[in-house]
Amino acid sequence: MSNVVKVEKLTKRFERGDVVALQDIDLAIEPGEFISLIGPSGCGKSTLLRVIGDLIPPTTGTVTVNGKPAPRARADHDYGIVFQDSVLFDWRTVAKNVALPLELLGWDRARRKARVDELLALVELQGFGDHHPWQLSGGMQMRVAIARALSFEPALLLMDEPFGALDEMTRERLNMELLDIWEASKSTVVFVTHSIAEAVFLSTRVVVMSPRPGRISDVVQIDLPYPRDARTREEPRYFELVTRVREALHLGSDAGRAVTP
Amino acid sequence: MTAQPVVVTPPRDSLSRRVGRRALEWLPAGLVLVLVLVIWQESIAVFHIKRFLAPKPTAIAGNFWTNRGELLHGGWYTFQEAFGGWVIGCGLGILVALVLARWRRLGRALQPYAIAASAIPIIAFAPITNAWFGPFGKTSKMAIAAVLCFFPVFVNTVRGLTSVRPSSIELMRSYAAGEIDIFRRVRFPTALPFVFTALKIATVLAMIGAIVGEYFGGSPEALGVLINSRNATFDFEEAWAGIGVACAFGIGFYLAVAALERVVLRRASSTED
Repeated sequence: MSNVVKVEKLTKRFERGDVVALQDIDLAIEPGEFISLIGPSGCGKSTLLRVIGDLIPPTTGTVTVNGKPAPRARADHDYGIVFQDSVLFDWRTVAKNVALPLELLGWDRARRKARVDELLALVELQGFGDHHPWQLSGGMQMRVAIARALSFEPALLLMDEPFGALDEMTRERLNMELLDIWEASKSTVVFVTHSIAEAVFLSTRVVVMSPRPGRISDVVQIDLPYPRDARTREEPRYFELVTRVREALHLGSDAGRAVTP
Repeated sequence: MTAQPVVVTPPRDSLSRRVGRRALEWLPAGLVLVLVLVIWQESIAVFHIKRFLAPKPTAIAGNFWTNRGELLHGGWYTFQEAFGGWVIGCGLGILVALVLARWRRLGRALQPYAIAASAIPIIAFAPITNAWFGPFGKTSKMAIAAVLCFFPVFVNTVRGLTSVRPSSIELMRSYAAGEIDIFRRVRFPTALPFVFTALKIATVLAMIGAIVGEYFGGSPEALGVLINSRNATFDFEEAWAGIGVACAFGIGFYLAVAALERVVLRRASSTED
């Protein structure tokens, strides 16, 4: 099967401070996978996400998305992105925020409206289209951001700690909703998080990263069956995998510390 | 999905209730005004304050009524100068800010001069613009008003255009949006409230600028010239009435721009396309 994302020999060096953010990254993502990037701060997980999304260029190495170089994929609207801060525009209503990418794609008003109604139903925000973002709770704002990212049915969904600023309850609920949306939309997801529980619950594979220089230290296959729900979090296998990822994280950072005193 | 927090927008009250609530909000300010006028009026009699120091409010009001034609005509004349200067100064302020935000290198070349413009001592500058554009026309006063308006508008517009969150730009870039789309859909709406704040400040500055200019010579019709000559001929009541008219035009100008702001910002965030 062809890869949705193929990262080869990727290195990213920031000129300022001469920091090696990413070193020798190789990663191949199959269609329909849900990949989490996890690691301590400074391990370059957000940088990797941005390089995949062509928001920052790699120093060396190549990134291929849907068989195309990343800049080409960005121009072709191959991916939707969701940030930790929902980045909704206050002067636009919820419906118009969701419709923003569709406006840029030149969809006419009737088509936009039909699609927005569908999306608001998908993220369970029917009836909130005419509200403004500041009238919604944090969790609802994040659902608007997800609806916006899905609006043009991108093959790849890039999410940068989307639930990091939410409370635990809201976070667990949105985790389940995200899995429903993922299964319904058949898209591929790359998900940055620093929560082990979240990564294990959501992913098909967890990519463990370690800092200084940022690199992939381990990849953990998550063999919990889908659909997953609240009971998944109570299964012994779930706990085993959480432990496995935690150990990989600690090993990775210890190794990092041994190399750079 | 289970219970979700439902946000209800409060329904808009009827017009009469809104007016009633507004009146209640303004009541304390109104009381202060009345109190000050009463104290002023009474203390002149009690302390035998000389007329040239401060005439009685009733005398000023009476004088205004007698000379209302002349005063309002002068006020209107000066307002035209202020408005012209406001348009020019604000227009240039916004234009330079746009250039600075868009072409950073050119911006760096212009910025020191834009800031230096704010350091011009406006009183010293007034005789110079009179020499440049002729003391009796409106142009020389517009120039002064424009110089005063330029700086706050320039600074606020730059701040507005550059206060866009980096993640907003990243989001737009992820949609492969070009500079023009980013400007139209992100930078411009972000900057709008900043720009309007400056436009409101500039209204009052423009009125002040025009009157300061008129002190160094201007058309006999102009309000500043009138105030100056009445002071010289010991007609203090009309001078004070003239100051009152200048304030009234300044406040009216401010409120007009504030009303425009409400309309524009509401339209910018309306539910329609």
